[in-house]
Amino acid sequence: MTLTAQLRITRAAFRLDLDLDVAPGEVVALLGPNGAGKTTALRLLAGLTRLTDGHIILDGLPLHHQATEKRPIGMVFQDYLLFPHLSALDNVAFGLRCHGTGKAESRRQAAEWLARVGLTDHAGARPRQLSGGQAQRVALARALAIRPRLLLLDEPLAALDAHTRLEIRSQLRRHLADFDGATVLVTHDPLDAMVLADRLIVIEHGGVVQTGAPVEVARRPRTDYVARLVGLNLYRGVATGNQIKIDDVLFTVAERLDGPAFLAFAPSAVALYRTRPDGSPRNLWQARIDGVERHGDNVRIHLDGPLPAAADITPAAVAELDLTPGQNIWASVKATETHIYPA
Amino acid sequence: MRETERMPVAGRLPWVLVLPAVLGLVFLVLPLAGLLVRAPWSTLGQRLTEPQVLEALRLSLVTATIATLICLVLGVPLAWCLARLSFPGRRVVRALVTVPLVLPPVVGGVALLLALGRRGLVGQWLDSTFGITLPFTTAGVVVAEAFVAMPFLVISVEGALRAADLRFEDAAATLGASRWVVFRRVTLPLIAPGIVAGSVLCWARALGEFGATITFAGNFPGQTQTMPLAVYLALETEPEAAIVLSLVLLAVSVIILASLRDRWVNSP
Repeated sequence: MTLTAQLRITRAAFRLDLDLDVAPGEVVALLGPNGAGKTTALRLLAGLTRLTDGHIILDGLPLHHQATEKRPIGMVFQDYLLFPHLSALDNVAFGLRCHGTGKAESRRQAAEWLARVGLTDHAGARPRQLSGGQAQRVALARALAIRPRLLLLDEPLAALDAHTRLEIRSQLRRHLADFDGATVLVTHDPLDAMVLADRLIVIEHGGVVQTGAPVEVARRPRTDYVARLVGLNLYRGVATGNQIKIDDVLFTVAERLDGPAFLAFAPSAVALYRTRPDGSPRNLWQARIDGVERHGDNVRIHLDGPLPAAADITPAAVAELDLTPGQNIWASVKATETHIYPA
Repeated sequence: MRETERMPVAGRLPWVLVLPAVLGLVFLVLPLAGLLVRAPWSTLGQRLTEPQVLEALRLSLVTATIATLICLVLGVPLAWCLARLSFPGRRVVRALVTVPLVLPPVVGGVALLLALGRRGLVGQWLDSTFGITLPFTTAGVVVAEAFVAMPFLVISVEGALRAADLRFEDAAATLGASRWVVFRRVTLPLIAPGIVAGSVLCWARALGEFGATITFAGNFPGQTQTMPLAVYLALETEPEAAIVLSLVLLAVSVIILASLRDRWVNSP
């Protein structure tokens, strides 16, 4: 393990308790809602905020007693924080100069890094002359130029517009693949986390609620927050064989499981009926329409009642069923489109 | 919405505000106009080149500049401590820093005499150990000016430090910059406009300093007689000379302010 950290901090209205292990070359994403403590975790790793308790061990050496400037880290801040009075080149050279590299050599290496992120033409530009995507790349070059062992990325794509984001995300992915140290990334965007990270750690209210590979987390969410992020309906119930009881509704599912379990299915797996369908299909329940909104090419129907759920149907189906908020409706889901796993 | 695009409210000028505002402006400008109207323009050139005038002007510019440099060297770190460090009694320290601001300058001069005078608290020791005497010397003028002007610089720089985004300093620290490097290469450039504005205020205050200077440093032509002292003295013997000296002071202030305002002092 390159990084082993136990981050504990207790404040009047806030608490964070997070164990973190990151292997060399691994990218771990801390994912969570605002106020969950993601950024605090990064600041603790960087030494910008003091630990109440715990430790940070990097490459076998304790880091938690060291001042920020002594730690072998590189950090990319949410709004990049490029020094406004320095050119892009001097921003990248800044860290090298601080690490004792001579002026000419620092500038030469900085120029190399700018070339690597494709900004040779902008070496002399001041940060205010750079676009958001360019500033992000300078910030990344600045953090990587000092050859850190631990790279910290705080919402690295949050300040970019949708188009730039797509492009910068794939570039960032490439640079992270080349980086052989440990990377900890903080984001509230599930897509960023899925694309960039090897492993996700989901934090809510200062604690870990789920961890695993992106695919695993996307398939088997364990909290409502994660389920919303990955776009699944999630329920908790007790399973017996290939049946699971959620509230008063008995679901028949494809897999077999006994004991407390999660049931998950995609909104697109839900079918809606105005009247109780004939032949009484399984997994049928009655719900009230809470809201109707556009969702990509489809329409997302929010269902209320004993089993709150989201259902995605086509605009044609909306017209056909004449759906309006407040209306009562029947909903069903096919057994083969559900997924259960132990709670 | 921009000021110019806004619809006038009910189309009527608020006289209650405009009238005092106009009176206030007249009050500020009228004395300056008086100075310009009564100036002996015909003999101006000849009077300006009088050695006494040049001497006083030179002394004023030199002492005010040195005083400002001293204020910068001592005042910027003081402002940094007030803005960045939390220590017990910080409020008291800030209050102490602003005392010279509200203290009548003559009282400041008396206080300086008691502290740095030949038989003063520290002055005695300075005299016996190093043979340094401050009162009634050119160095004394600098000390008096710095004493009165430093709060202007400290307050201005502290305000700039508080307004500066601390996260730039965080970013510098993650790049391996020690506190001193952060201060020198990040903080100072970021607050440069505030420092320049503070220096201008400080310099202008030092240039016009009268009370503390005459009390602590006396009034010896060529040594401690700065422009304000010369003006005051001339007023009793040669009113026309006083006007000329005043005009010079006014011109210097306006030129400095105008040349710096556009470049450095952030004004709306």
